[in-house]
Amino acid sequence: MSVLSVRDLQVSYKTQAGPIPAVRGVSLDIDPGEVLGLAGESGCGKSTVVNAILRLLPAGTTVSGEVLLNGEDVLSMKPGRLRAVRWTGASVVFQGAMHAMNPVQRIGDQLAEAIVLHGQAGEKEALVRVGNLLEQVGMPPRRLRDYPHELSGGQKQRVMIAMALACSPSLVIADEPTTALDVMVQAQVLTLLNKLQRELGLAMLFITHDLSVLVEVCDRLAIMYAGRIVEEGPSTPVFETPAHPYTEALAAAFPAIGDQRFRRAPSGLGGDPPQPESVPEGCSFHPRCPLAFDECPTIVPELYEAGEARRAACLLVPKREAVAP
Amino acid sequence: MTETAPGDAPVLEVRGLHVSFEGRVGLGAGMAGKKATRSRAVDGVDLTLLRGEVLALAGESGCGKTTLARTIMGLERPKQGEIRFEGEKLGTSAKILREYRRRVQIVFQDPTAALNPRQTIYESVAEGLRIHGITNQDGLTEEKLVARALARSGLRPPERFFLVYPHELSGGQRQRVVIAGALVLEPEIIVADEPVSSLDASVRGEILKLLLGLRDDFGIAMLVVTHDLGLAWTIADRVAVMYLGRIVEIGPAEDVLTKPLHPYTKALLEVVPEAGGLSRPILSGEAPDPTHIPEGCRFHPRCPEIVSSAAANAGVEARCRGEDLALIELRPGHFAACHLAAARRDDVVPSTST
Repeated sequence: MSVLSVRDLQVSYKTQAGPIPAVRGVSLDIDPGEVLGLAGESGCGKSTVVNAILRLLPAGTTVSGEVLLNGEDVLSMKPGRLRAVRWTGASVVFQGAMHAMNPVQRIGDQLAEAIVLHGQAGEKEALVRVGNLLEQVGMPPRRLRDYPHELSGGQKQRVMIAMALACSPSLVIADEPTTALDVMVQAQVLTLLNKLQRELGLAMLFITHDLSVLVEVCDRLAIMYAGRIVEEGPSTPVFETPAHPYTEALAAAFPAIGDQRFRRAPSGLGGDPPQPESVPEGCSFHPRCPLAFDECPTIVPELYEAGEARRAACLLVPKREAVAP
Repeated sequence: MTETAPGDAPVLEVRGLHVSFEGRVGLGAGMAGKKATRSRAVDGVDLTLLRGEVLALAGESGCGKTTLARTIMGLERPKQGEIRFEGEKLGTSAKILREYRRRVQIVFQDPTAALNPRQTIYESVAEGLRIHGITNQDGLTEEKLVARALARSGLRPPERFFLVYPHELSGGQRQRVVIAGALVLEPEIIVADEPVSSLDASVRGEILKLLLGLRDDFGIAMLVVTHDLGLAWTIADRVAVMYLGRIVEIGPAEDVLTKPLHPYTKALLEVVPEAGGLSRPILSGEAPDPTHIPEGCRFHPRCPEIVSSAAANAGVEARCRGEDLALIELRPGHFAACHLAAARRDDVVPSTST
């Protein structure tokens, strides 16, 4: 059974100007111990997907579809059960660790709070566990008496990871966990996440706009554009031989050093990602697509089979498959 | 494309530049004799920028790359050393600095923060002209000059953007406005501080193409400050790597990025994410502290060559720990400040393993 199974998720934000569809039918599955990367640019709806999974969206937001966490439907959960499932079923490592912590509480107490509130241990026992957690994320246990301001950016992010692990969840969602960090610290945090994921057999949903980070840590990738998944499949093939032109452009934005194709030749797309309130008709990518043809503005592509365990929402995919069976 | 041949004349030279910031001490601690800690943000930099060249300045946060860029802009006053612009030493009088700042323009990281939200695009771009009292140039009026700068920055037709406010534009368009604001003054140098890191991935390439185009069309030299070595690979002619206030390696981009000499450059290249990665060595510890610069080679406390005993085996470890060193030319045009790399070069058998 999948740890997380999302079926046809649709999310519309309520605004004064009318509803804005941010997620327009997303389906994804994460198996136990699997790391799925969700990539896309700002406004593509990737953070909305995260918030919908744990029902963290503002009141008045319309959500439809199905979110099953360990087989249980999150969208219809009663508040008490929902509170229990957050942290124990699935937890989140948010971006910007510096803003996610209480500045006037010792980090040990903040970590213990989650454990105690979920009834997993008494206060004393919880502090012992916090010490172990800190050790697990590569920090000396004595640091539990520190306040957040005494920690560096990388250390804060380690504490956030410890917090996400505090109640032994089956799924950890990492939402841009390294965006605000320096290159060297980013590599340290990624290595740590990778190590913990393997040791604990965690399922992970990893979200970022940086495709080169995802391909390094994920088993599978899903690429989002304008509220939909446009390509998915095993990470290395998706990154190296993209089936969707958008994936190709995104991958080219993170060129490998030494690759002569990109030397003194930056590559990018014209135009800008669409605003959720004005998504183009047909294939939402067609106005920026270098390969667009006459059918693209009218036909909405579905996710077509594009090789082994791969799917892509581009009208060219079935045509290519037809030519080379 | 032919090998870009930047005219060999340097447009900007930096010699022995030191910039430091004094820390503060509380009144009580000061009376008790405590001294303020001095942060040596730029600690002896020599740098030459050639006409029409794109030079990438890379390093971790806190390495002093932004301070160096700001000093080159004339926004920080150096403690020591000099900046020479077109062969002449830069003075400190307000009049000279004002003219200098017209010819050296900056493009900031975040265009949303760089633009006044209550000014139209026209006002934002024209502001520089007004500050410098330029009402007519090349026989063009202010309006024509603004239109030309917008068009050169890829905002066409320019008139359509005159009365638009920044919030009506996308991130990429805003960055083009910022570039137009720099371009309208016809600078010789553009300093770009992380010019694309706040932009969406698919938009970055177009902005980088624009910057490269400005170099090709107008011969503008560019100093691109970035932490992203992949970006350096796509646009730079030369790359300089900075560590704790000093340039530790500099040379042609292809050499520095594919055949690095300094262990710090190698470490930076190791952490560039790539498919199938994560098995690589990573420097431990946080970015270094410019208030406590180590003795000897400033990188030695984190240097993997010391940990692996490679420095000891080559007989240079004592010098790494005790002897500060300057950049040494180890390959044509390729300099590094590393005792080990220098020792290997001096070997009778030239080492190819580096």
